[in-house]
Amino acid sequence: MAKKVQFAHTWVPYVFIAPQLLIIGVFFFWPALQALYLSFMLEDPWGLSSTFVWFENYQTLFTSADYLSTTLFTLGYSFAVVVLSLGIALILAVKANAVLHGQKTYRLLLTWVYAVAPAVAGITAYFLFNRHIGVFYDAIVSTGWLFAPETSTFDATVLLILVSVWKQIPVNFVFFLAGLQSIPVTVREAAQMDCESPTRRFWTITFPLLAPTAFFLMVINITYAFFDTFGLIDTLTQGRPAGSTSTMVYKVYQDGFLGADLGLSSAQSVVLMILVMALVMVQFRFVERRIHY
Amino acid sequence: MQRATFFDHLILWAGVIFLVAPIWLLLASSTHSVDTLIKEGLQWLPGSEGLSAYKTALMTASGFTDTATGLRMLVNSTIMGLGFAVGKIIIAMTAAYTLVYFRVPMAQFLFWLIFSTLLLPLEVRIVPSYEVVSQLGLLNSYTGLILPLIASATATFYFRQFYKTIPEELLEAAQLDNANAWLFFKDILIPLSRTMMAAMFIIMFVVGWNQYLWPLMMTTEESYYTIVMGIKNILSVVREGRVPEYNVAFALVILAMLPPVLIVIIFQRWFIQGLVESEK
Repeated sequence: MAKKVQFAHTWVPYVFIAPQLLIIGVFFFWPALQALYLSFMLEDPWGLSSTFVWFENYQTLFTSADYLSTTLFTLGYSFAVVVLSLGIALILAVKANAVLHGQKTYRLLLTWVYAVAPAVAGITAYFLFNRHIGVFYDAIVSTGWLFAPETSTFDATVLLILVSVWKQIPVNFVFFLAGLQSIPVTVREAAQMDCESPTRRFWTITFPLLAPTAFFLMVINITYAFFDTFGLIDTLTQGRPAGSTSTMVYKVYQDGFLGADLGLSSAQSVVLMILVMALVMVQFRFVERRIHY
Repeated sequence: MQRATFFDHLILWAGVIFLVAPIWLLLASSTHSVDTLIKEGLQWLPGSEGLSAYKTALMTASGFTDTATGLRMLVNSTIMGLGFAVGKIIIAMTAAYTLVYFRVPMAQFLFWLIFSTLLLPLEVRIVPSYEVVSQLGLLNSYTGLILPLIASATATFYFRQFYKTIPEELLEAAQLDNANAWLFFKDILIPLSRTMMAAMFIIMFVVGWNQYLWPLMMTTEESYYTIVMGIKNILSVVREGRVPEYNVAFALVILAMLPPVLIVIIFQRWFIQGLVESEK
């Protein structure tokens, strides 16, 4: 909705909006349309000529066992990251909200990790779990678990999830704490009078009031697990062993840039485009409609 | 309000240790000699070498890169972070101004054109974006590093929301005083947006600094390496089976996270405001 009072339109508004339009035109719409176009093209192995092949790339993609396992891995991995990082952050936020003195210190100590880049977090973890010098590696092995992320898909997945959760806790913590603090004191006092048990009070009063924050965070976290973990994967496992820890986004890069299969990679981009659109629609429609009090 | 118990503090401290310990280990280890690290592994306590590894990391190319020193990569990252934050704020503020304060034909269409960019992160259109930038001859340049990253509407969305909360009377008054569109923007909107600009700047600088994939694809010349992507070379050394200078490697990793971490800690209030507002 625009303002009621507005400037009459001259050439001025176009000047103001031109930089944004120019930049998204060149660096967003051009590549995005190219991805769409390339997803219908098949390049010969030498990259000299390409032919229009309708949906052949999509057909290859959807019948590929590789892509199926990548999709399943992405879903499982994202689910684990979202549930664990939301759960841990919620517990920490509830506890921090109850602290009267020193809350600011806790908040600082629990949020600064936000500023660590995923790639930097990945390299850090690489050294901590390195078999030559990593003390965490030693600790795990001393329990009898022969930890080998280079060869075991399970171990590599555990490592990825652990670091992804570590990196995402601060954002969730900030939002949960903000959500908790926006609950009016009167509501909390009334709840305290009516209900003795803190656990019950949390589940019947606090948690429902936090639900909009939680659902919103869920979308943010899914986006994170899908897209922002690229740097983490590239530094920690690079999809190893044998591509079993590649997410869908990582595979776009592997097939398109490293494997130089532009058609197949573009088809994957388009699939992800559709997924993101669906996610945004869920966010706007389903979530906003279902969660009201 | 219920009081926190001892048990609550215990949980909070467990969370703090979980988040802080990995970085602390790396920091402490970076002050040890390579020999100690190879023989005894990572160290929990600071060592005797002090900050000498940092000097090597900053001033020399240190074996992980051929020519780029740590300092060079830090400078490049600063340029990218600043360029990204400033560029994004400028185009967002001006575009949002048009969307909110002007009656233009096809306003609805422009709105959707801009906000559809929220649908598709750079990671997904990475290969065609690379092609476009290479066709424009922008590989290995700061322009090529920064502009494609700016091509999204997150900040525009945020400033649009903010402008809509500004009372209409301000514009009426300005029009009575014969202020034109530029004067209104410069003398009223920008001063009113100051806190919002600061909050946005903190977030965007951190996001820009932390970019990894795009610089990785864009830069083949070491003089344009940013530090976050440059430290990937440490891994190449390790994967080739060579024993790296661990302390220098750790120093580089710490240097790569230091500026954004310091900014978040120092400007904590703006950072949290920017984070909560920008994701709304």
